[in-house]
Amino acid sequence: MKISKEQVEHVAMLARLELTEAEKETYTEQLNSILEYAAVLDKLDTKDVPPTAHPLPLHNVFRDDVVKPSISQEEALANAPDQEDGFFKVPKIV
Amino acid sequence: MDLTQLTAHELSDLLARRETSAVELVKAFSDRIDQVEENVKAFNILTRDKALEQAAKLDDKLARGEKPGPLEGIPMALKDNMCTKGVPTTCSSKILKSFVPPYNATVVERLAQAGSIMLGKLNLDEFAMGSSTENSAFAKTRNPWDLERVPGGSSGGAVASVSADEVVFALGSDTGGSIRQPAAFCGVVGLKPTYGYVSRFGLIAFASSLDQIGTLTKDVTDCALVMNVIAGHDPKDSTSAPVDKPDFTKSLINDIKGMRIGIPREYFGVGIDPEVDKVIRQAIAKLEELGAVVEECSLPHTEYAMPTYYLIAPAECSSNLARYDGVRYGYRAPESGDVVGMFKKSRAEGFGPEVKRRIMLGTYALSSGYYDAYYLKALKVRTLIKQDFDQAFEKFDLLLSPTAPTPAFKFGEKSANPLAMYLSDICTVPANLAGIPAISVPCGFADGLPVGLHLMGKAFDEGTLLRVAYTFEQNTDYHKVKPSLGVK
Amino acid sequence: MLGDFEVVAGVEVHAELATKTKIFCGCTTEFGGEQNTHVCPVCLGLPGVLPVLNRQVVEYAIKTGLALNSEIAEFSKFDRKNYYYPDLPKNYQTSQYDLPICLGGYVEIEVDGVKKRIGITRVHMEEDAGKLVHSGATISTSDVSFVDYNRTGVPLLEIVSEPDLRSVDETVAYLEKLVQILDYIEVSDCRMEQGSVRFDVNVSLRPKGSDKFGIRTETKNLNSFSSVRRCMEYEIERQAEILSEGGQVIQETRTWDEGKGITLSLRSKEEAHDYRYFPEPDLVPMVIERKWVERVRESMPELPDSRRQRLLGLGLSAYDAGVITSSRDLAEFFDQALAKFKDAKTLANWVMGDFLGLLKAKGLLVQSSPVKPEGLAELLTLVENGTISGKIAKTVIGEMFETGKGAAEIVKEKGLVQISDTSALAGIIDEVVNSNPQSVADFKAGKERAIGFLVGQVMKETKGQANPGLVNKLLKEKLETM
Repeated sequence: MKISKEQVEHVAMLARLELTEAEKETYTEQLNSILEYAAVLDKLDTKDVPPTAHPLPLHNVFRDDVVKPSISQEEALANAPDQEDGFFKVPKIV
Repeated sequence: MDLTQLTAHELSDLLARRETSAVELVKAFSDRIDQVEENVKAFNILTRDKALEQAAKLDDKLARGEKPGPLEGIPMALKDNMCTKGVPTTCSSKILKSFVPPYNATVVERLAQAGSIMLGKLNLDEFAMGSSTENSAFAKTRNPWDLERVPGGSSGGAVASVSADEVVFALGSDTGGSIRQPAAFCGVVGLKPTYGYVSRFGLIAFASSLDQIGTLTKDVTDCALVMNVIAGHDPKDSTSAPVDKPDFTKSLINDIKGMRIGIPREYFGVGIDPEVDKVIRQAIAKLEELGAVVEECSLPHTEYAMPTYYLIAPAECSSNLARYDGVRYGYRAPESGDVVGMFKKSRAEGFGPEVKRRIMLGTYALSSGYYDAYYLKALKVRTLIKQDFDQAFEKFDLLLSPTAPTPAFKFGEKSANPLAMYLSDICTVPANLAGIPAISVPCGFADGLPVGLHLMGKAFDEGTLLRVAYTFEQNTDYHKVKPSLGVK
Repeated sequence: MLGDFEVVAGVEVHAELATKTKIFCGCTTEFGGEQNTHVCPVCLGLPGVLPVLNRQVVEYAIKTGLALNSEIAEFSKFDRKNYYYPDLPKNYQTSQYDLPICLGGYVEIEVDGVKKRIGITRVHMEEDAGKLVHSGATISTSDVSFVDYNRTGVPLLEIVSEPDLRSVDETVAYLEKLVQILDYIEVSDCRMEQGSVRFDVNVSLRPKGSDKFGIRTETKNLNSFSSVRRCMEYEIERQAEILSEGGQVIQETRTWDEGKGITLSLRSKEEAHDYRYFPEPDLVPMVIERKWVERVRESMPELPDSRRQRLLGLGLSAYDAGVITSSRDLAEFFDQALAKFKDAKTLANWVMGDFLGLLKAKGLLVQSSPVKPEGLAELLTLVENGTISGKIAKTVIGEMFETGKGAAEIVKEKGLVQISDTSALAGIIDEVVNSNPQSVADFKAGKERAIGFLVGQVMKETKGQANPGLVNKLLKEKLETM
């Protein structure tokens, strides 16, 4: 599989990254060489191999439904780049 | 006596005998930092005032005749990807430059409870992505053994601070070798514990299924002491193992007679520096001499570990790093139009090139039409790699390899070629994929640069690793050699 | 308008669960609250935080699955659904993708006397997003927006139906039934006005007789049955118009403009969605042991259908049984009263009549009624044993609503006890007979109905307290001796 510049642009849109023309070129090239390297995995037949998503085979880790204190509005907003009246403020959505 | 050269257990003895004080220790390390930091550049931020306050309180306590705990009053520092309440936590990224967490990571809480004194936060490759700490948005940390060389990464600041005696110990994080590879490059002891042994709560995620916090210490005894404090189940981390924590110092036994050590031949393949190879062979001979039974073995899927890692880690990272969007915290690009424009510009300006590269790669690997071919495939190969270890551990108590194929390299030597940089983690990545513990201990020098001996053990069998590492250390002097802090 | 087309619809229902805390952290799920005060590092998605699953969410999901006749998965896991939106703190939603907790199932509905099973595809658990407040009238006319993360992380169940619905009526009946079930099993408070249940409606048309699906649109975030009805009617008409003119419906997500009563296309050109689902590495899978499922099954309350059947068996009309089982609270009220007062039909008449009437007049909910089930039973028992008359009882229940006092207490205080004493009534009867000679004559002349008037007069004299049966009997005896 070869990744094209158009695919790089699509991926950048999905990842919300604005790329310069030069970055698009570089990433197209670098992603291709990494994916080429990754193609070595195709040598392995993994049809009947189960995937490992977690290194430890744990299951059923739960918490009781007990209310814990929240943080204050001031703390919640302390790192906000922009805020107003206790809200996080963002530019227009569409 | 230079206090800054001592280990935690040595300093703790002095504190217990009232031959030094916590304030004296903070001042001594503070002076040492003033002396060497200009060259080493290990710290992102120093918290000396808080440290002095904390030390004074502790001295009052000791003056009342209370005995200090093992890490009480011991100056240390944290890789700057662990959240510290009220102290900036940046991941060495522009996007988090001004971020001040309102909460502490579990390890931070545990160290505070143990009375350790934090001197500051340590530099890293941005978001722990890198093998040289050159990807920091702030500074290039230098290798105390040769200031023209990298300290390794991504925990470069953490290892350099320990190696240069700026702190007694540090905590790092290890996703594909980020504790062990720099520990090897800078001649310190670095342990990546079993996945799930140390809580990840408050560790800023790079790749959740691979990340693990671990220790950087001057000797194996300190490693056990720090593990005693930071390991153990945490209900805030669903992936934290519900196991009882042993007293790790019980494993500090100077005897490895009959211990079965496997030498996986795949770890000595292409790319290994001949000098490194020689030093490792000597270390193997030493262990045999000490009574270990050493035998070559094979982990047949080793060659697939790097590509597997470079699909899984970026995929998880692409999702973990989605939250940096300029809304709730972190950098927001000015005048960037609508919200989508604001997201794109903030992230473009806030992240460095390596982080963006991995986000791109991971986004692609998860995207529609490619998931099965890349991500799912990698998860399946991960199973095969894990099975290799399971089989090997039926026969061996632990496995041995070099920590890195080469000693520390020069600045810029590999930064132009991502793949070449990635390959410096070739020996360390498999342990992360399998979730098993691994330790790097100093075992000699190649062209005057430290070389690390890499020991990998069964899950939750840190005890065996510590025992072999301790025995090796007790019968060699490599850990006592101090760096010159000059240029070779 | 529909002409030769047939409607094909399916619905995704998002129901907020009635847990005390959020799905992955200990913040309260309470509705309202000042903006950004029900938040913590975990639900704000601060760097370094990790989720821990609320056990109650899983339990409610199992309960829902059982109520919807679903199969409860033995192995289930969470996945990340990746997309960027400012109300989503991590820019991914922790949800379930290929291994949801419940699979299959159905809900039985009845429209115009015809019963039909609507298939359930799946039920899965996920976290809710925050809320956006816009500076202008609408999202597209606003220069800035404001984000409140209080709702972020409130647990949701997404219940996906099969495309089995063939009309607006069926769709609304299905949703009403589904919400009724969720209410009965108490997994959601179902406060639609607070957005705790929301509907995404998929609609397409196809030529009658075709077995292929047409191109569908999805209208998101409807929050009342009437919006669903109006939205579907609009969308059906819109699609029918396009199709009958030979055009093609565009597959897209649309939004409902309640004010204008129209649906609008929602997607901006940049939104080519690719959610990049992958297993959530910060949460471990769930192995749902059968023991757990059985325990939940045993704790299940009686569901509306079986409750309705039981009431029909007690002689209630279909209408009455339907109204009484329409909400769990009312059905519970009825059952609790029934435990103390066995005449189901009389009880139903009172519940449907005076009780609901007074509640409505006072603007109260069943659970906040001042008259409790035991109170109503007590009142009806007083009628049954002749202590008071039915007419007096109507006054008493009003008094009970006003004062919160018990029926017996009111009857005693006000001296409303029915006069069943023959000697006490004899004088009044004599008086009434004497002062109404015409009626007496009529009765004697064979007009049986005239006795009714005389009974009424006695009741009037006794301010309704006389026992009407006894009055009737005594009057007859008196008249016959005349």
